[in-house]
Amino acid sequence: MNQLVISGSPHINGSESVKKIMYTVVIAMIPALLVSIYFFGFQVLRVLAVSVIACVLFEWLIQKFIIKGPLTVNDGSAVVSGMLLAFNISSTVPTLMVIAGAFVTIAVAKMSFGGLGKNPFNPALVGRVFMLISFPVEMTSWPKPVPIFKSELIDALTGPTPLAVVKEGLDSGLTIDQILASGSVPSVFEALIGNTSGALGEISAMALLLGGIFMVIRKVIDWQIPVTIFVTVYVFAGIFHWIDPAYYMTPEFHLISGGLVLGAVFMATDMVTSPMSMSGKIVFAVGIGLITIIIRMWGAYPEGISFAILIMNAFVPLINKAFKPKRFGVVKK
Amino acid sequence: MNDNDVLILIYSILTLGGLGLVSSVILYFVAQKFKVYEDPLVNEINETLPQANCGGCGYAGCNNFAEACVKSANEHKSISGFFCPVGGNDLMKQVAEILSFTVEDQKPMIAVVRCNGSHTNVPAKSHYEGISKCLFANNLFAGEGACPNGCLGLGDCVVSCAFDAITINTETGLPEVTDACVACGACVKACPRAIIELRPKGPKGKRIYVSCVNTEKGAVAAKNCSVSCIGCQKCFKECPHGAIEMKNNLAYIDGEKCKLCRKCVEVCPKASILEINFAPRKPKVTTVENNC
Amino acid sequence: MNAVKTFSRGGVHPEENKFSSRKSIREIPLPLQAIIPLGQNLGAPAKPIVKKGDIVKVGQLIGQGEAFISSNIHSPYSGFVTKIDDVLDASGYRRPAIFIQVDGDVWEETIDRSETLETEIKLNRKAIIDRIKSSGIVGLGGATFPTHVKLIIPEEKKVEALLINAVECEPYLTCDEALMLSKGEEIFVGIKILMKAVDTQRAVIGIERNKPEVIEYFDTIAKKYPEIEVQPLKVKYPQGGEKQLIKAVVNKEVPSGKLPLEVGCVVINVGSAFAVYEAVQKNKPLIDRIVTVTGKSIAEPSNFKVRFGVPTQTLIEAVGGLPHDSAKIISGGPMMGKAIASPEIPIVKGSSGVLVMKETESHRKTEQNCIRCAKCTVVCPMGLEPYLLSKVSKLEKYDMAETENILDCMECGSCVYTCPAKIPLLDYIRTGKFKVSQIIRSRN
Repeated sequence: MNQLVISGSPHINGSESVKKIMYTVVIAMIPALLVSIYFFGFQVLRVLAVSVIACVLFEWLIQKFIIKGPLTVNDGSAVVSGMLLAFNISSTVPTLMVIAGAFVTIAVAKMSFGGLGKNPFNPALVGRVFMLISFPVEMTSWPKPVPIFKSELIDALTGPTPLAVVKEGLDSGLTIDQILASGSVPSVFEALIGNTSGALGEISAMALLLGGIFMVIRKVIDWQIPVTIFVTVYVFAGIFHWIDPAYYMTPEFHLISGGLVLGAVFMATDMVTSPMSMSGKIVFAVGIGLITIIIRMWGAYPEGISFAILIMNAFVPLINKAFKPKRFGVVKK
Repeated sequence: MNDNDVLILIYSILTLGGLGLVSSVILYFVAQKFKVYEDPLVNEINETLPQANCGGCGYAGCNNFAEACVKSANEHKSISGFFCPVGGNDLMKQVAEILSFTVEDQKPMIAVVRCNGSHTNVPAKSHYEGISKCLFANNLFAGEGACPNGCLGLGDCVVSCAFDAITINTETGLPEVTDACVACGACVKACPRAIIELRPKGPKGKRIYVSCVNTEKGAVAAKNCSVSCIGCQKCFKECPHGAIEMKNNLAYIDGEKCKLCRKCVEVCPKASILEINFAPRKPKVTTVENNC
Repeated sequence: MNAVKTFSRGGVHPEENKFSSRKSIREIPLPLQAIIPLGQNLGAPAKPIVKKGDIVKVGQLIGQGEAFISSNIHSPYSGFVTKIDDVLDASGYRRPAIFIQVDGDVWEETIDRSETLETEIKLNRKAIIDRIKSSGIVGLGGATFPTHVKLIIPEEKKVEALLINAVECEPYLTCDEALMLSKGEEIFVGIKILMKAVDTQRAVIGIERNKPEVIEYFDTIAKKYPEIEVQPLKVKYPQGGEKQLIKAVVNKEVPSGKLPLEVGCVVINVGSAFAVYEAVQKNKPLIDRIVTVTGKSIAEPSNFKVRFGVPTQTLIEAVGGLPHDSAKIISGGPMMGKAIASPEIPIVKGSSGVLVMKETESHRKTEQNCIRCAKCTVVCPMGLEPYLLSKVSKLEKYDMAETENILDCMECGSCVYTCPAKIPLLDYIRTGKFKVSQIIRSRN
């Protein structure tokens, strides 16, 4: 008989694995991707393919030639980062810029901290913010949504995101009613299905929520984080809208426009960069909601969710220290 | 420059200057409040110490050692018992000089791994999977070779060594101590099976020791290991210097008493007594004749 | 039937794999030689009181538990003592054991070997505890804590409820189920005896819902015993943990570092309750138990009534032999059992099961980076943070491990079971626990 294996208990493992989690996220992104292709055409696939391939390639190169450790590139985390980066940028961004963004995402934001699980900030968001600062023009020109079967007009039209429309309008002294009257702000229904300008993955709140529900069912994310962000945004934006409806947009608009749903469902819930305990997650989510609205209302950028998530990422170690799970049989003194 | 600009200038100077002034006053009082008197000798001794903070002297760090030295010098008028294994005798002379004492030389020591249960000497009977931590494996089972006292080879000693003096030999699976060892004793504490011992380094590094700590009965120990001490007492009877003591089926050579005559090595039927840094022996036949 | 309950925090639900469920109890012929380890309980091992050449009878005291936490050992066989020597046991080390050459099957005359049900409890409280102590009864769930120690209630404490742990939350194991199906009436009498011993008016039997026959059967018996409730529980590991069971049944949290008595509970394993019945009503010491022998590749997973001292090997042969692709044998269940180094290891009081694992399921999976998914924190039934405890233990920051309540960890293994990165969290935590308790001991 062979030698018996000796190891500490437990002797069985569950079916959960890193790979499974990562590919669940990939599957959850597919509905939003389909909507994006429908409205922005096949340029979406170019950006997505470039981003994913570049991310995977950079990770592989770094692991192979710089770290010289085990190759774990097939765990799917680079694919997820690449897809999320693509979801956060416009489908008109040139290929080389996407590659530059992918480099920052993987090399700077992920591998320089030690790879998967060690990065304090969400890699895709770091890549996105890097691109936003480096290539402000390309990163803020958004294609107008054109259903794919009317694609003769593609590439021709670009337009601002609804959030930018509102911001510019308010800055030039218009009231909310005047901005809405101009017709360049989509209705709630249009924003839900995705018939609006924006980054390629953020346009359809409905498709993103669908993916989110899938991830909640598969226990990849906790529903508490997105829901808390939505509630915080709704309440905070609602208070200001109630105080002065002429200057502040409706809370519904804040909920479904821009990257809020994408950020809340896919970016803020990133396991690596979110707190460990449930109470910590709630605090984290409230912080994201507040900072997002503060940036949107009074900041220089029309959209604030990326910055909000990155700022709260920085607080995660502190939150983990301060918000512990309730210990069994331990009464706080 | 208009008035407004001048005003801004003045305000800035006043605010910053004021802030600086207030902070410095606060800092001054805080410094006064938390001032700790420190004997300047402590600092002087501390500066001579190697700053390895290895704990080999029995104190948490070099500064603690310096403090303890000064305290002992003041209270007991002696610093006997204090020894920095890293700096050795030279350093202790310096320390004694600072405190105007003299110290006696101590023999240089080295960590010795008293187990020779390599993969070939102790064939594995089971296969361990788990973290590379002797402390854990020790609580789990006797070891792959089933020797309850033998080296587990998972390298707690390697991790504990601040001087990179211990490495695990991948062929034998046993730790090896190099001359970089300063005998700080960290590995001795780290080993859950008390296999590692600090022994006199010996003249030119020559030393003889029983490379086994197994206390089982001879037959049981021999079943698992081809080089275990079986407690046969041959070496004990052979030793002309009374340096060997028998306890729990195990021979132990007192490093202080051992005169390095190598007689015990010859009589050991299990080759469990090791001699280090000796010239290779002449063929056995001649040795016997010479000794007669 | 009571409403189904469970504990509130954490827990996992591994595949149950109870292959030997609902199977009747088998017996094996007496061995020729038996090895009775002296350290069969938590705490100090017993001192041998026989010597080489002594003739012993079944049920004769051969090892005396002298320390406070220690228990007696009785000979499960008749024959003579061949030697007292060290033998490899489930601890992974060779420890003292009594070797008996089996000769016939002569029992001590004082033992009542009839099958008749004795319901009348004649002994008083003190006598019951003394009998339990002298019979060497320990917790048969696997922890082997001497039962009599639990029954000694300090003056100022009052036992509000006696909880009978019939949860059997470990996957694969069915020994308690088999016992309950065959010895229901006796178990209830055993519970009555224990209630008298701890002087309480209420007893609750906690049973997981995956044993519906047992619940049904016990419900019918419980009609005769109004003070004994049968509490069905949701299937969730580690419900058989003492603190979790108390939380599930009476919804009270045992304070950290305290005993169940702090919240007025005493928890006794159902197997021990049956042993108490036998000891008090039949004067039979603890010399045998039900052992589940199972595994995915085992031909005929079964429950055996085994006298202690039989080599594990014999049981494996009785279920069709050790399959060729076996690579791990576990004494106990897959979550908390111990991997044993040799199939020669004798069955002892704590052997609830023998689980044979195939080569493919025996090995540790490759460890990956922690992705901070917090699943370990979610499933930890003690509300700890396993990822953090394992990290600080690895980095040897034992003072921090202590403040993060590392000693509350009961090593249930839920965190490792659930970890997607397959990190051996519990290996590190165990090391940390060991070190921290060492540090605390040296502090006092």
